[in-house]
Amino acid sequence: MELFTPDFGLVFWMFVAFAILLFVLYKWGWPVIIKGVESRADLIDKGVEYAQQAKEQLLHAKEESEKYVAEARKQQADMLREADRMKSQIIDEARVAAQGEAKKVMDAAKLAIAQERKEAELQFKNEVSSFAIDIAAKVVRNQLADEKAQTKLVDSLLDEMEKQN
Amino acid sequence: MMKKIKTIIWFLAVAFLIPLAANAAEEAKTDSTKPTPKDIIFEHLGDGYGWEVPFDHHHRIPLPVILIGKDGVNCFMSSRVTGGEKYVDGDKTFFIPKKGKYKGKVVQEMPDGSQYRPWDISITKNVCELFIACILVMLSVFYVARWHRRQMYKAPRKMRGILEALIAFIYDGVIKPTLGDRSAKFGPFLLTVFFFILYLNLLGLMVIFPGGANLTGNIAVTLVLSIFTFFATNLFGTKHYWKEIFWPDVPLWLKFPIPIMPVIELFGVFTKPAALTVRLFANMMGGHMIVIVLTLLIFIFAALGPVVTGATTVFSVLFSIFMLLIDVLVSFIQAYVFTMLSTLFISFGTEKGHEEKHKDNANEKKELESEPKEETLVA
Repeated sequence: MELFTPDFGLVFWMFVAFAILLFVLYKWGWPVIIKGVESRADLIDKGVEYAQQAKEQLLHAKEESEKYVAEARKQQADMLREADRMKSQIIDEARVAAQGEAKKVMDAAKLAIAQERKEAELQFKNEVSSFAIDIAAKVVRNQLADEKAQTKLVDSLLDEMEKQN
Repeated sequence: MMKKIKTIIWFLAVAFLIPLAANAAEEAKTDSTKPTPKDIIFEHLGDGYGWEVPFDHHHRIPLPVILIGKDGVNCFMSSRVTGGEKYVDGDKTFFIPKKGKYKGKVVQEMPDGSQYRPWDISITKNVCELFIACILVMLSVFYVARWHRRQMYKAPRKMRGILEALIAFIYDGVIKPTLGDRSAKFGPFLLTVFFFILYLNLLGLMVIFPGGANLTGNIAVTLVLSIFTFFATNLFGTKHYWKEIFWPDVPLWLKFPIPIMPVIELFGVFTKPAALTVRLFANMMGGHMIVIVLTLLIFIFAALGPVVTGATTVFSVLFSIFMLLIDVLVSFIQAYVFTMLSTLFISFGTEKGHEEKHKDNANEKKELESEPKEETLVA
């Protein structure tokens, strides 16, 4: 039965020792550890969360940059197309303008040519007519060298006048 | 696998051949003045004024004996009386009687020849072991606590890691889910209880000096531990708890005019710590007793001749190794169970009424919601 009867000395010392142990650990031991473990767990949680966010942001940033690049490319292509269009437009305009100008010049040239031709024709006519008069004068002078011929002409001319009248 | 089995069979065969060989060299039986197995068992399970030294049955490490008698305090080293001598201090004589009411305890011999046992608060083997365990627990805890004070955010490794894992196992696995927001208040007590019991259990399994005392298998220790739990439960008991005891939710005739249920409940208040006391004590003492009995079987069967002795030796040693290994597991389980039951009793005692419970439930729901986050973090 000795085993089943608590020994006074041991109960006494057990009480004292355990009370001291409990007091010391309650005061300086466990709270520090519990707080430490919990704050470290929080820190790790936060760290992982932060890392995940950062990862997400990085992924997002990559996407964004790709988007920007694509946009820039598109803009560049647009600008090039626009420039191309403007170039051809300018060329067309220039061509039209040049054509108009050329036509004007041509018209002026045609006009000048026509004028000159008229003048030349006129001069030619004048010259031809003076030649003809000269020739005619000479011919007339030759034919009317004698009196008979002169009278004959006058007669024929008079006849003609008479017939007309 | 086959290879392993073969090895085991071979080992057993050799083990059985040894006693057969020993048969040839039989010796005459020695005298029968040895102590009986019962004495040996009780000596190992019980307390002692000195501490045994391995391989020596006569010398013991002397420990102080402190006696508070009718005529003052007496202190002397245990080595003066453990050999059976009488220690005379002035007009007082102390000795350890070999039989009678005070067998094995230091008593004072009165002038009329009668024995008087003073209040005995000697630093016996058990008390000394108790101090060693307390110091070890303190050192372990401060070892971890220092780490948290200085290098808060570094991962603890090696011994610190093991201790922290144990602390987390108890605090996050047992205390927090049961006590919730009260765990900061009672957690330190329960953690202390756990480590104290665990260390005492493991020290008890060691055979030589810093261990060897069967403390958790001693009813005094388990009694004091459960008294602490009893106080923690009842001193911090809420109105709800006391109402459940004296005016439980049962039909009126069960509590008035004859208070059947209140009596039962009140009885339960005391049986809970009593159960705690007995189950730890009985479990640990049982484990120790089985190991000792298995070892003693060798000497009991020694009378039947060398062959039987040899065979018994093999079996006893194998079984006691097996039992010791199981006891290591049991040491942990018993510490865990004591802590868990204490947590439960305290949680019953400090349970709040229904209105406050709803608040708690809301908190728990919050905790549940936050839990999946942790899982994803682990993954």
